[in-house]
Amino acid sequence: MRRLLGFNLLTGIVLGVAGWYAGWYAAHAIVGPSIDYFADVDYNELSVVLAYLGGVLGFLIGLGFLNYPILRLRGYPPSLREKETAGTGRYFGLCTDHKVVGIQYLVGIGVFFFIGGLNAMLIRIELLSPSRQVFPAGTYLTIVGIHGTMMMGMMSSAILGPFGNYLIPILIGARRMAFPRIEALTFWLLMAGGVILETTVFFGGFPTGWTGYEPLNTQGNPGMDCYLIFFALVGISMTLLGLNMIATIVTMRAPGLTWTRLPIFVWGILSTSVLMVLAAPVLIATLGMALLDRTAQTSFFIPSAGGSNYLYENLFWVFGHPEVYILALPGFAIVLELLPVFARKPLWGYRLAISGLLGVSLLSWFVWQHHLFVSGINGDLRPFYMLSTELISIPTGFTFLCGMMTLWRGKIRYTVPMLFCLAWFFNFLIGGLSGVFLSDVPSDVTTHGSFFSMAHFHYTIMGGLIFTFFAGIYYWVPKMTGFQLNETMGKIHFWWMFIAFNATFAPLFAAGFLGQPRRVVTYPADLTFINQWVSVSAFILGAAQLFFVFNLVYSLVFKRIPAEANPWESKSIEWQLPSPVPVYNFSKIPVFSSDPYGYGEPARPVAVPASSPAGRD
Amino acid sequence: MSATAPTTQPGPNHARRVIVAWIVFSLIATPLVAIFVGPNIPPGNGSDQATQQVFDNTVMVALLTPVICLLLVFFVYALAQFRKQRGGDIVDGPPLREHRMVQLLWIVLTSLTVLFLAGFGTFELLQNGAGGGQGPSPIAVPSGQKLQVQVIAQQWEFTYRYPSYGGLETSQLILPADTLIELHVTSLDVVHSFWAYQLGIKADANPGVDNIAYLKTKGPRTFSVHCAELCGLWHGYMFSQGKVVSSSDFSAWLHQQEALFASVKQYMPAYANAYYPDPQRRAG
Repeated sequence: MRRLLGFNLLTGIVLGVAGWYAGWYAAHAIVGPSIDYFADVDYNELSVVLAYLGGVLGFLIGLGFLNYPILRLRGYPPSLREKETAGTGRYFGLCTDHKVVGIQYLVGIGVFFFIGGLNAMLIRIELLSPSRQVFPAGTYLTIVGIHGTMMMGMMSSAILGPFGNYLIPILIGARRMAFPRIEALTFWLLMAGGVILETTVFFGGFPTGWTGYEPLNTQGNPGMDCYLIFFALVGISMTLLGLNMIATIVTMRAPGLTWTRLPIFVWGILSTSVLMVLAAPVLIATLGMALLDRTAQTSFFIPSAGGSNYLYENLFWVFGHPEVYILALPGFAIVLELLPVFARKPLWGYRLAISGLLGVSLLSWFVWQHHLFVSGINGDLRPFYMLSTELISIPTGFTFLCGMMTLWRGKIRYTVPMLFCLAWFFNFLIGGLSGVFLSDVPSDVTTHGSFFSMAHFHYTIMGGLIFTFFAGIYYWVPKMTGFQLNETMGKIHFWWMFIAFNATFAPLFAAGFLGQPRRVVTYPADLTFINQWVSVSAFILGAAQLFFVFNLVYSLVFKRIPAEANPWESKSIEWQLPSPVPVYNFSKIPVFSSDPYGYGEPARPVAVPASSPAGRD
Repeated sequence: MSATAPTTQPGPNHARRVIVAWIVFSLIATPLVAIFVGPNIPPGNGSDQATQQVFDNTVMVALLTPVICLLLVFFVYALAQFRKQRGGDIVDGPPLREHRMVQLLWIVLTSLTVLFLAGFGTFELLQNGAGGGQGPSPIAVPSGQKLQVQVIAQQWEFTYRYPSYGGLETSQLILPADTLIELHVTSLDVVHSFWAYQLGIKADANPGVDNIAYLKTKGPRTFSVHCAELCGLWHGYMFSQGKVVSSSDFSAWLHQQEALFASVKQYMPAYANAYYPDPQRRAG
């Protein structure tokens, strides 16, 4: 009982609820029933916003994020004290050990991934019949919105959060991240956001989907505020996460770890972080403006009062297109990192692979109006955006070439992580080639806003990011937890998921081309068979993830077979440490003399430190 | 990371096998795809714009077929050929780190493909606008006599005005056959998207904006109209059917509509490119 007291998750929740009510009452004191552009409603928009801001603040205080600043103000010396607490309690509060944060991220994001997936199942239940309504139309749109927003927002950190935080310090030979408290903050902000997005159902939900287009946004229920606050919190979390990664990678590399010796995974994280730091602030600002439109009667995006919905669309996609590469690039990085291990060959074309990652990051800033080809905005610029969008195929092709040539004449082992990486090639090929149709204006006229584009981005994001996310789980979880995952069940999970995934999303290309618009609650009767097929496949795909959870619980809770230090025989440094990695990573900071891909090459003098948990920094 | 020369090693010439198989498969698959798949890709033959999109899709799908063939042939071959012996010890493959010619060739080929696609898409777009909304000042304007039709979107229906017939407003879209039509798409409240599927037309309806798209109809047919941009509660039900009819049927229908319209004409706002903010009532 006594261990529950103090600054931890429980206190955070209690203070969060208290802060919520404080904000609620404060807002009612400031303003009575608010006026609104889309009048006739007497809810107090401000109260929802202030309640959630108060709630987040209380939650963070309860977790102990104010303790250290206050101590410092009172003259205490700098420290990283939170890192030293031991035991499972660390996982339920502010912890500055990057490995704890990594595991917190894995579990937290996993939970919200399943909630998002559950919403997808509900969508497919509704679409089993072209006309019969399982959910009221408004509820259906809220489900669609929660699914999209949860997946785009939460899963932006799906690889940087768990694997980035856990592995980056180890891979660069450091003992911690550059800003350990900010690292913890990014995680708890994300969790607060996830809960807030779910509570939209108590405020009437929101009708806009994940894009939140204006002026529908301003017209929406107070549930819309939950969307805005969630996405803004995600934006803050992403900015800080990216900043922390950049600072760590640039300043904390061990001696000898030059830029051309970095594992390609670190390069992937670095390029993604740059995108996060530059794109997410645009999102925060945009949502802030939308929030002001809803609460303070500004009119950035309201055409009848001098604003412009084009402004929102521009700003949103200036964030939104780099965002999809924030989702995709870590996947590239994991594939390129794992292929050398399982093909037993050095990464082929290291510099080309880096230029691929950087090229995609750079080009992703010049393509956003391909989301607006038929919107009537800047009609003259469409050829430019068509060109810039298609140019992205070139650096993406570098990733394909490097991956394929790494397999060439290798000695391939078909382990579970390897299978997920190989599936990436298949999924991303289909996703990428369907993107060519969307980037071509004449073809986009039909495919835009249809199930074709929906199938396209599920192939690239689910087929690209989620498959590599699972590759990362099967590859690194033994290192993170110290226990093996059952390989047979892993293989069943892979084939189950791979087949169900393709059965679900491939027919949706056809549905789009046959005229089914996105986010509809009803559809033409002649598309019934396709939709029912897709729904059943989607349920099977959902069941595959339940099977994965079963494997996790079975392997990590019941079987608990200790993992070897290096089960994959990798030459990368994290596998030279014991599983799980001791608290301070290295007893002595390692000195690097090569990249980690020296398969088949004469052994170089790689300084691998003897690790002991007694080490201190 | 200096380039390591590929070690010569007795055994089959893997590269030659893959390349030959790729060429053979591509030579078989590409014409088949171009002839049997491409022309069947929607939206079909409902208008000049739709036909053009089908041609566009055919060219692209034919061009992408060799790319798919390359990847499939490569992976089937590599994954079968380069696997570790079952049960054997873990051994390393040859330490190939890069190969300048392969890199160069890959970059040149992908760049050429991409540049061709962008050039081709631009050329096709500038032909007649490909049926997409181009904003208030279109860059691809087909020449000839045009019939102006306005599409007004609101939550949750489309209505249509014919300015050359006294600003007549109807709830069904009827168009004359074999006519060049200039669609002006606008909205009274939130963003919608006018999608006449079989005609290959899509243009967003923005409040206060006149979004122009061009359409050259063919013979009489029906087509469906959907809203393709999430516009709130009943977005899913914002669809209707339109018709392309012969010009004699079109004028007969117009006369009938004008008679109906006469009684309400005095209450209608004058024809304009946009009606937002709505002069009659608040949006929403």
